Amino acid sequence: MKSYDVLIVGAGQGGAQAAASLRQMGFKGSIGMFGEEVDAPYERPPLSKAYLSGEVAAEQLSLRAATFWAEHDIDLRTGMRVVCLDAAARQVSCANGQEAAYGTLVWAAGGHPRLLTCVGSDLAGVHVVRTRAQVDAMRQDVASASKIVIIGGGYIGLETAAVLAKAGKSVCVVEAQDRVLARVTSPAISAFYEAEHRGHGVEILTSAAVESLRGVGGRVSSVVLAGGRELPADLVVVGIGLIAEVTALAAAGAVCSNGVDVDEQCRTSLPDVYAFGDCANHVNAFAGGARIRLESVQNANDQAKVVASNIVGKSVSYSAVPWFWSNQYDVKLQTVGLNTGYEQCVVRGLPESRAFSVVYLRDGRVVALDCVNAPRDFVFGKKLVSHGVRATAAQLADVNTDLNSLAAAVTGS
Amino acid sequence: MPRVTFVLPNGARKDVDATSGVSVMRAALDGGIEGIEAECGGCLTCATCHVYIDGPQATQIPPPSEEESIMLEGAALHVRPTSRLSCQIVLSDTLDGLVVELPESQY
Repeated sequence: MKSYDVLIVGAGQGGAQAAASLRQMGFKGSIGMFGEEVDAPYERPPLSKAYLSGEVAAEQLSLRAATFWAEHDIDLRTGMRVVCLDAAARQVSCANGQEAAYGTLVWAAGGHPRLLTCVGSDLAGVHVVRTRAQVDAMRQDVASASKIVIIGGGYIGLETAAVLAKAGKSVCVVEAQDRVLARVTSPAISAFYEAEHRGHGVEILTSAAVESLRGVGGRVSSVVLAGGRELPADLVVVGIGLIAEVTALAAAGAVCSNGVDVDEQCRTSLPDVYAFGDCANHVNAFAGGARIRLESVQNANDQAKVVASNIVGKSVSYSAVPWFWSNQYDVKLQTVGLNTGYEQCVVRGLPESRAFSVVYLRDGRVVALDCVNAPRDFVFGKKLVSHGVRATAAQLADVNTDLNSLAAAVTGS
Repeated sequence: MPRVTFVLPNGARKDVDATSGVSVMRAALDGGIEGIEAECGGCLTCATCHVYIDGPQATQIPPPSEEESIMLEGAALHVRPTSRLSCQIVLSDTLDGLVVELPESQY
């Protein structure tokens, strides 16, 4: 049985960063990285943007040159889905029967898209958007599709809608809550995006629940909403969230209340088992101390570095400022911080101008910003969030008050 | 095929034969150059593809957009007058021989 000093389960954004960071920090032990996909580590954000539209090719998604892994003595094994963990024996086993032993396990398995479970959810022409292979399958169907229904008005659903609308398809987004992006942003931003998409001919239905899918010859032909309305659809895209992949950890006895629970150094409750990235439930200072899973490239990268640091003996806790981006049409959203439990939000600039920000406050301090085509606010807003700067609604709403000046008052820079 | 010479923080030089039309960032990643993090994949949101561009070919490169300038002003570290974000520099044969210096770190 192969044995590794460090075995990383997951060859996505996080796993790749963890492996690279270990070597960068001088780790000399053996490193294995098992990924369930056939691809070497690649970036996911373009899957619902430039890769879906065909503007970039698969090779351009790679996180590192193909030779990087072997050159750095990282045993990258693709097509290896870890299904079982024996924490006492420090061994894992994979779906293909292969087993491996570890000194330290790093679980960065991310997750799988939540699937529809209603009648008709198994019809052909129903797609999800997590992996390159899934998007390749969707693109094949997109070519001949004309009426597309996207279930879920989150970032994935909206980014996909933008690409497909620009490709000339008829697109309808079905969102169960009363506005798009309800989970992550304020009504002002939701309203902006609804208007933006409608302006591009996308139909947006809110407070709309899917009851079933109907098909002809095994292929989807319509989406039936609760209440009876039937939407013709020859392709359905499902973007209703991510299920964290922690089955083997839970079965091995790890505390898993939403994904796998980890401490501030990304340790799980199992000895010598770290976990981080999309699957890890951690206390985030920027969420007011709430325990969250944070599905972002930033979180995967920064937690990867925390794990690597701790493995090489530097005691480091996770403290990075969260940030995120979403590109739809020519609208660039850049967010910093987390607006969880915000008490006040201040609109800065005019949404109609398509360049504005929303600043979120908790306890009088700036905790997050959503910046729409407003890079200056994004860049200097990060300083405000990082230092928990106090600001008044009047200061923040005044576009002539540069956010940098509010930051300088506190940071002295 | 423009040749780009990357100068690492320790002074070591590494040549990469790149394809016309790719960004300096992508050429670095594909060429196995370490020290370019490119967290946002090239959409002017992270400033971790920061490099210094000097030499005769530098004048062939269009100046930074306002957005790139904002990121250099507020987000990049160890900024110099020759700082650029490598995701914004597209290679062509006229940039053959370009020398790209990496900062001591992106963080």
